[in-house]
Amino acid sequence: MAENLSPELDRDQLLELYRALCLTRAAEERLELLQKQGHMTGGLYRSLGQEAGAVGAAFALRRRTDGTGDFLAPTVRAVGALFLFGGDLVDFFRQYMARATGPTKGREANVHWVDYQKGFVGPVSPLGTMLEVMAGITLSFNLRGEDRVGMVFYGDGASSTGAWHEGLNFAAVQRCPLILMVEANQWAFSSPTVKNTRLESFTEKAPGYGIAAESVDGTDVLAVYEAVARAAARARSGEGAQMVELRYFRRLGHAQHDSQDYVDPALIAEWAARDPLELFHARMLDRGWAPEGELLAIRQEVEQECEVAAEQAIAEPMPFGPDAVDDVYTDVSMPHPWTRAEISDSRSA
Amino acid sequence: MSQVVPEHLQKTARGEEVTLLEAISEGLYEEMVSDDRVFLMGEDIGVYGGAFKVTRGFLEAFGDRRVIDTPIAEGGFTGAAAGAAHMGLRPVVEMQFMDFISPAYDVLTNYIATSLYRGAGPMPMVIRGPVGGGNRGGPFHSQNIEMAFFHTPGLKIVYPSTAYDAKGLIKAAIRDDNPVIFEEHKGLYRAPALREVLPAEDYIVPLGEARTVLEGEDLTIVTYGAMVHKSVEAARTLEGDGVGVEVIDLRTLLPLDEDAIVESVKRTGRLLVVHEDTRTGGIAGEIAIRVSERAFEWLDAPMLRVTAIDAPVPYSGSLEDYFLPQVDDVVKAARYLAAY
Repeated sequence: MAENLSPELDRDQLLELYRALCLTRAAEERLELLQKQGHMTGGLYRSLGQEAGAVGAAFALRRRTDGTGDFLAPTVRAVGALFLFGGDLVDFFRQYMARATGPTKGREANVHWVDYQKGFVGPVSPLGTMLEVMAGITLSFNLRGEDRVGMVFYGDGASSTGAWHEGLNFAAVQRCPLILMVEANQWAFSSPTVKNTRLESFTEKAPGYGIAAESVDGTDVLAVYEAVARAAARARSGEGAQMVELRYFRRLGHAQHDSQDYVDPALIAEWAARDPLELFHARMLDRGWAPEGELLAIRQEVEQECEVAAEQAIAEPMPFGPDAVDDVYTDVSMPHPWTRAEISDSRSA
Repeated sequence: MSQVVPEHLQKTARGEEVTLLEAISEGLYEEMVSDDRVFLMGEDIGVYGGAFKVTRGFLEAFGDRRVIDTPIAEGGFTGAAAGAAHMGLRPVVEMQFMDFISPAYDVLTNYIATSLYRGAGPMPMVIRGPVGGGNRGGPFHSQNIEMAFFHTPGLKIVYPSTAYDAKGLIKAAIRDDNPVIFEEHKGLYRAPALREVLPAEDYIVPLGEARTVLEGEDLTIVTYGAMVHKSVEAARTLEGDGVGVEVIDLRTLLPLDEDAIVESVKRTGRLLVVHEDTRTGGIAGEIAIRVSERAFEWLDAPMLRVTAIDAPVPYSGSLEDYFLPQVDDVVKAARYLAAY
């Protein structure tokens, strides 16, 4: 590795990157504990081995809280990006535990929530859709002449969808300032990449849309940061949509229920040796950017934060069932079932 | 703000009659002038002015940032409209023919219709375009698409039958904070009989409110779109039989104006639903069960329907005329019910 890697990052920024990696790891490990304790509602998704892709990418964007910064559409495996954009840790746990106090009031799961001031929109499960939506969000930056770029994460699987193609083509044609982050983690649920594309690299798709692309080691947080900083600069200067491929490996199953027995254990071990957090930890020490004690203190600190946040979320209430009829429309109420006590007397009038 | 004022969009201001199509164009134009968050996307809507010329002159008036010719990808640009709506804009998306809305079904039902409920905020957007048969358009330029979306909570569906309503409803749809599918029957677009002088002042027709077209005491016909006019024609014939037919134009299909239907049926005791859409899974089924829930004791006859047949829309005139519900069908069904 060249000594001049990321000369523009100062020590505080390097520590912030390190902290974000640790926080991602700690938050997801806390989810596993919550699941064992029976607090979780739905599926549990890990980004083990992919943390640096999310963290390095988000760090290259302008993160603000007043609705003027860059804009993120994460996936469930881009939790680190969500945290860097100001996604609240307690909200993260509320979402996974379906609490009434969460940003979606228990109506949606995990990272599927939005904050337009902080600049992020959570995904929907058909992930290709987010290409279309982010094309429109970045189109709005063009229409209003705003100096903002958008970033959308998606994986091997979404790259095969029609929505992905249509959204990307729209963004390319309209020169939308949108950065596509391909999480090339080699799996779409149980399907290996070869079941989704004949290409060696997802970047080979980019020329078909007339956009620039580059591929980067997704376990190297600084390499990701630099690649995305370059892409963001191109997008910001009017070159339109950009693609960055994160090459790494999904070291756990699609979700906790997936035992991953279709993956060669040797492959998992090989990638475990390239753990993004441990790689960056070693580099921080190696370059003398921070003493080990300081790094270990950060790890302890984020674990403590996760424990406190999770405990707070656990203590909060679940939604009230009849609230299920609310917010279907802004201005029209949906009726309660007539067989329930809530039914109004007007029915029998 | 409008840069160029298109003369052909000033007919109402000049006190002239407009067609239903011109009423929609005026409504779109006025909303774009008064609200710079409103912008248009669709295929061939800019330079060409749209396949039916609804947006003729808009590119010159508003520029290519507010009148965007899109790639031919209905899912892609509908999804992009959703993104723009997230950012506070109010997109109006044209489907060149509503038959082509199906690629956008995913994003409309999974994303747009659920946005508010998911806590992702309101989706102020309109998806509009031509529907309906009778023009020898064949299977892919003639469909009515309302029931593909009627089952999706979170969407509104509007289907005007007059120029007055078309203008008032498109303006209300654009101002609505919910996603609205707006169906325009191409057989009504330039129908001479529908030309009328519209109020010069700004007005809307509220979504969700049916209109009583004809009052009658013996039988209620609930209908919408082009079938409003066929039902009225049938009602005139029934008048000769001494049967008073009440014709209700739903105008908005979702949410359904259930109270208007129930109130009328309680007075007449007889219900006929007439729709141009196909039979199975048509709106008649939903209306009948709601009347059964709320007005069963008031019924003096079975609830019946007149609809298109369950088939794709055929091309040849003889086939299409047989496929579509005709005035005679409505007359026969109404007479049967009146005599029941």
